[in-house]
Amino acid sequence: MSSQPIIERLEERVAARDLTWRSLGVSLIGPLTALAGVTWAIVQPYRVTLLHPRGEGFWWLFVEPPLLVILAGVAFHLLVARPLVEDLEKD
Amino acid sequence: MHQPPAEHVHWLFATGFLLLGLFLLAEAVVGPEVWRRRPWRPYLWPSFAFGLGVLMWPVMVFFTSSTVHMLAHGAWAQVMMLAGASELALARGRVTHWAWRLCTPFAFIVSGGAFLLHEQNQWFFQRSSFLHHFLGWLLLLGAVFPLARALRPRWVVANAGFALVFLVIAVALFSDRDLAPIFGHLSPLAGTPHR
Repeated sequence: MSSQPIIERLEERVAARDLTWRSLGVSLIGPLTALAGVTWAIVQPYRVTLLHPRGEGFWWLFVEPPLLVILAGVAFHLLVARPLVEDLEKD
Repeated sequence: MHQPPAEHVHWLFATGFLLLGLFLLAEAVVGPEVWRRRPWRPYLWPSFAFGLGVLMWPVMVFFTSSTVHMLAHGAWAQVMMLAGASELALARGRVTHWAWRLCTPFAFIVSGGAFLLHEQNQWFFQRSSFLHHFLGWLLLLGAVFPLARALRPRWVVANAGFALVFLVIAVALFSDRDLAPIFGHLSPLAGTPHR
């Protein structure tokens, strides 16, 4: 009896598992980035000037580093990671 | 609207580098075949790098605290545009010779050198001094990743390392303040930190 079909099936299973890990990895990048931003905002709330403004000008209210990190994570997830996972799942 | 403080400009650039690092990390995870499956994706990070280089010009023009700062910002603008443009041309197929990939490690070396040359204070003078030294050495040593990527474009370690360098740059730029202590050190010559 040839062992070829068994090897092919094992290879398919390994490839499928590899794809699952890759999909999971890509899907986690955005949420983990956003989570890092949320954690940063909690640990250093003074970096979010909007929470306690003291008459700051435009730039101090517009550029909020933890919120920028959250925004980058969400934008990456919606615009890049989701289409990428769709492409991976087509395999 | 008045000019933004320097630290705000660093934070905005940090967001750009964060996105750049995330794009590269995703590409490293899925591999080049899947990444190229949508026609717009191969252009994503090179156009982002080129755009960051273009945005560096207004920084050079408006933040002229010293000649050496102006020259450093100008050098960053040029090499970021060079790296972005060469990678765009490679993605488009306009250039095919592998040596064009060396533009990115060259950009890293010039950027790292510019960081180290234009910082005139010691590591622990204040936070921005520390970050200039740190970013300079990070870019000089991190140039090994784009160099390895140029020689072996499909090597996962090189691609992941390349992405991680941008993520660390983003963290360093987000940590930047105009005047703040670093690990408890702040030279009395640096001034008084604001909020």
